[in-house]
Parts: sequence; structure tokens; C-alpha cells
Amino acid sequence: MARSGVWPQTWRVPLKHWTAIAAAGFLAAAAYLPANAADISGAGATFPYPIYAKWADAYKKETGNGLNYQSIGSGGGIKQITARTVTFGASDMPLEPAELDKIGVIQFPTVMGGIVPVVNLDGIKSGDLTIDGPTLAKIFLGDIKKWNDPALAKLNPAAKLPDQAIALVHRSDGSGTTFVFTNYLSKVSGEWKSKVGSSTAVQWPAGIGAKGNEGVANNVANTKGAIGYVETAYAKQNKLTTTKMINKDGKTVTADSESIMAAAAGADWAKAPGFYQILTDEPGAKSWPIAGATFILIPKEPKDAAAASEALKFFAWAYKNGDKMAEELDYVPMPDSVVTLIQSKWKSDVKAAM
Amino acid sequence: MVDVAFQSGSAVSVAEQVDRAKVLQKLRLGDAAFRHLTRAAAVTVLVILSGIIFSLVYGAWPALQKFGFNFLIEESWNPVTEHFGAIAPIYGTIVTSLIAMLIAVPVGLFIALFLTELCPLWLRRPVGIAIELLAGIPSIIYGIWGLFVFAPFLQQHVQPFLIAAFGNVPVLSTLFEGPPYGIGILTAGLILAIMVLPFITSISRDVFEAVPPVLKEAAYGLGCTTWEVARYVVLPFTRVGVIGGVMLALGRALGETMAVTFVIGNAHRISGSILAPGTTISATIANEFTEAVGDLYTSSLIALGLILFVITFIVLAFARLMLMRLNARLGT
Repeated sequence: MARSGVWPQTWRVPLKHWTAIAAAGFLAAAAYLPANAADISGAGATFPYPIYAKWADAYKKETGNGLNYQSIGSGGGIKQITARTVTFGASDMPLEPAELDKIGVIQFPTVMGGIVPVVNLDGIKSGDLTIDGPTLAKIFLGDIKKWNDPALAKLNPAAKLPDQAIALVHRSDGSGTTFVFTNYLSKVSGEWKSKVGSSTAVQWPAGIGAKGNEGVANNVANTKGAIGYVETAYAKQNKLTTTKMINKDGKTVTADSESIMAAAAGADWAKAPGFYQILTDEPGAKSWPIAGATFILIPKEPKDAAAASEALKFFAWAYKNGDKMAEELDYVPMPDSVVTLIQSKWKSDVKAAM
Repeated sequence: MVDVAFQSGSAVSVAEQVDRAKVLQKLRLGDAAFRHLTRAAAVTVLVILSGIIFSLVYGAWPALQKFGFNFLIEESWNPVTEHFGAIAPIYGTIVTSLIAMLIAVPVGLFIALFLTELCPLWLRRPVGIAIELLAGIPSIIYGIWGLFVFAPFLQQHVQPFLIAAFGNVPVLSTLFEGPPYGIGILTAGLILAIMVLPFITSISRDVFEAVPPVLKEAAYGLGCTTWEVARYVVLPFTRVGVIGGVMLALGRALGETMAVTFVIGNAHRISGSILAPGTTISATIANEFTEAVGDLYTSSLIALGLILFVITFIVLAFARLMLMRLNARLGT
């Protein structure tokens, strides 16, 4: 009885808090929704995330339109665009034309990157070692087990190759890098094609798996006699020991933006339906043999035509103004001839295009 | 609060007497609301758990339908041909956890016994705090440390020694075979042992401290050694708590993802050697889920998750059963 004056008040106080919190939540949601509706949303590949973020930032400053890109992985990007929950999807691995038709989207490349073998051998510096495609395939199949193997010695008469076991390091996570690398090995080696094949993740015949470019780089750095593969941008930024490659024309090339651009120029984009083009083993004296583009997927008949049109405007802006930003981040921009092809494809295939 | 209550009590009026029924009613309502709230919270757990089981089974169904029982016994994990089998990750999960428990259980119990029975008072707090800090380190830190510091150390100093020492011993030579990569099943097991150690230690220490001093003093009075007191008084008295701690640790070891991914080598192969690279269920899922393209691939990864769920469930059920039988036998 004596407490009666006190109790009800003490439990009424938290109730007041709850209403306050709920009200604040509604206000926040209300403030958030309109802003979200004006933005373009995209989801997918992790590899191009830094450049998409940079472009989006610059684009927002210029036009006031925002882009919300979630790097959830290529698989997730394809699922999201199939379900049409985002304006565009992004994938490091291009979809086959038949699959594009099935989910009713078109695909186009935005930026390119190269992949380069990295090694850890005493006394061997970047560019000291040259490997050709079939030999690289034999190494990753586990057929060539030692660094002083005759096949390697023949390619590198000047280098002093040790009698040391080759430790293989590959990506453990599914990745576009692995897709491009295994695609190249499949093109240059029939045995690789039949035994392993090409995908974002494969059943590796030998070696250890490491997560991400940084995982591969660190495992190679920690293991004497190791060989792995990373993106050229990553190798450059971290000053890894890279090798040269012999390309389709039989010329020895170094991985840089020039040789990757040469590979893109050598490819016949006009004859590739759905821009299904993987830049591996491309002809051309200067072409780097292991390169690939990253792709955008956008519906032919978008649910929200205005948003799709905004997204295409964004990419048109990026092709026009984004090359320098891409190069700063060590991506390779698409050649102008390809961009023209892409934009005519937008006009013919996407409803509500600009 | 009490003062206020007394003041209002001393000035009882007729109006307040009438209010009393109302106030009581309100209190009763509040109590009922509280009861429903707690029950709702408890039911939520059941709903969430069954939701997880349902979505795992639903997601795993295409893979289970395609591969059937073979999913559990095949080693092939080939995203290109879409042929998946789970035995390599299952093997890796169990072996790494086994290595971790083999090391962490005795060491953890010894630390706890030392802290409660033998440790000088001034050392008790620093060691106790260190153990608790060990539990607070995020697993990614263990992973990075394992990759950059621990694995190179093992590769250069420990593994060559193991290979050389056991090279001619029949069974052990297979167990410690192959080139010293530094990372692999053994490294993952050792990292896991360090990670689960604090769970075993801190729980055991807490339950050891709960042993009534009179029991121990009686045992000492009878002339028991410290070992005998620990073995015949402390451990039997605290076995439920200790087994609980061990099971909690095992649960963490089975499910640990990040640290293992860094140091296990992520190879879908079963090798006789514990120095060879392998993979675990959670590491496989973490590695491959984001870029898994194709329904069957994704479904197989979810099926792996379901298997891990079942393994954990079996472990917990087994622990319960063991405890029940132990209690029944001892009549407590």
C-alpha cells in the first residue's frame, strides 16, 4: 500500500522511452526512403568495387545522383539481377549468351584487368623468368614438379634455376581471377581442359589454396619455390616477383596496362554475342595472354525504366570521364571502339535507354 | 524511495484507499505482461531454430536430391562439372577439432587446476586476466597471426623436425609426411587449440572454485596429495561443469571459420598426413559462397552447412547423454 504511489510511475518511464525510440525510428526511415528511391542500386563482383565506388563518388559530385553498389560477389550479383531486386548486377565471369536470354538481361564490360604469375625463388627478380602457356598448365597440373625441369630450363637459358620443389598456391575463394586464369590454361592445354576446366572455382589437382589476392601473395612470399597468380594491379602495388609470358604470337611480353589494352584491341568484340569475350590467349604481338574484363548485367525490360536509364547514364559518363580514375587504380579502361559498340547495343536492346 | 513511500503512507486518505484496487489491478496486469513477454522471448528461440533448420534443408534439397547419400562419402568437389561430395570438408572439420581438443583439454584443465589449487595469490590475477584476454581476441586476428607468424615458424622449425623425427616410424611417418608448407591440418588444429583454451580454462576455473573448501580440506587431512585431491575430489565434484566447458569449446572448434581459412590450405583433398593442406566445412562455405554461380553449387554449400549443424547437434546430444549416464551411475 505504501509503495503504491511509486510503482506505476517507475514502469511508465521506459514506456515513454519506447515511444520516443519508435518515433525516432519512423522519422529516420521516412528521411531515408526518398533518398534511396532516387539512387541507382547495383550488386555483384568484388573485383571492380574500388573503381565503381570511385566513379560513383565523382558522379555524385557532378550530377547529384548517387549509386549504391554492394560488392557481394558475382554469384550474388547474378542472383539479385535475376530476381530484379537491383537496377544492375555485376559479374567477373561473363554469362553465356543463352543464359543472358534466359534471364532477360544484356551484359557489357566496364574495365579490364590482367593476371600474372608470381614466384618466390632466390636470386630471381621480376621479369627474370619467362613461362609459356603449356608449361604453366603443366606446372599447375602438378606434372612439372621441380624448378630445374627441362621445360623451364629451355625457356630460360640464362636464369639459374634451383633443384627445388615447386609449391603451388591458388585462390581458395571463388573469384573472377581464377576464372580468367583457368580459362587461359584451358585454351593452351587440352589436358587442363579435360581434367580441370574453367570456372570461378575449380578442383585443383595440386597445391594449397589461399584467400584473396593478398592470401596468395603472402603464401607465395612465405614459401620458397612457390608460384601463384594474382591480379597485375595487386602485383604492381605490392612489388611482387612477376614472370613474363610468351603470348599467342610467340612473343615475350610483360604484364602492364599497355599489353592488356593490346589484348582487348586484338579481340573481336563485334562478333561476340553478349560481349562474351574473355581476353585470354588473344592474338597480337604485344598482347598479354591472361586478361579479362568485368561485366555489368542490366535487364532488357527493366521494372523501373527510370532507374535503368539512370544506370546507363552513369556508365556512359564513366566511359567518357572515368578512364583516368580507372588507371589510377590500375584497372585498364575499355578501348573507345568497344565503348561505341556497347552504347549502340544499349540503344537497340534496352527499353527505356537514353 | 522508502522515505517517499512512508510519507505518502502517513497521509492515507479515503481517495487513496479506493485507488488501491485499481493499483493492484495494474500490478497484476504488469505481471501478466511480463510473463507473456518472457514466454514470447523463449518461444522466439524455438521459432528461429526451426526457421534455420527449415531454410537449411530447403536450400540443401537440390543437392541432396541430386547426389543422395553419395554427397556424404565422395571426395570430389568440382564446380566445373558440378559434382560435389562433402567427405573432405567433413574429415577436415573433425580432424582439426580433434587435434585442438587433444591439446586444449589437458592444458586447459591443468591451467585451471593450477590457478585454483596451486597458484600463489599474486600470480592468480595476471594469469586469469591473460586467459580472459585470449578469449576476447577476434578470430581474424588469430588467422592473421597464424598466417604471418605461426605458420612460417612451424614451416621452418617444427615441421622439418617432425618429418625427420618420425620419418622411419611406421604409422607416424604417414601422419607427418610431405613437404613442410607451414599451413595445413596440423596448423589449423594448433590455432584452434589456442582459441578454445580460454573456454575450457575459465569455465573449469569457475567450477573448481565452487568446490566446498571443507571437502578438499578433509581430503588433505586424510593425507591426500594435490594430484589425488584434484583427481578424486575436485574433478568428480565438477564434472558437469567441466564437460560443459569442453563441449562449448568443441562447438567453437567445429564452427570456427576465419582463423581456420587462413591457415588450413583450403584444398579439397583427404591426405593421410596432418601436415598436408585440407579444408573444413565452415572454411569451404566462407571461401566459396560469394562467388558460387549456379544453383547446384550454392545448394551443395548450404548442404555442407546442414551437415555442420547435424554434427554439432550430435556432439551436444552425445554430451547430454554422457552426462545423464554419468549422473545415473553415480546416483546424484
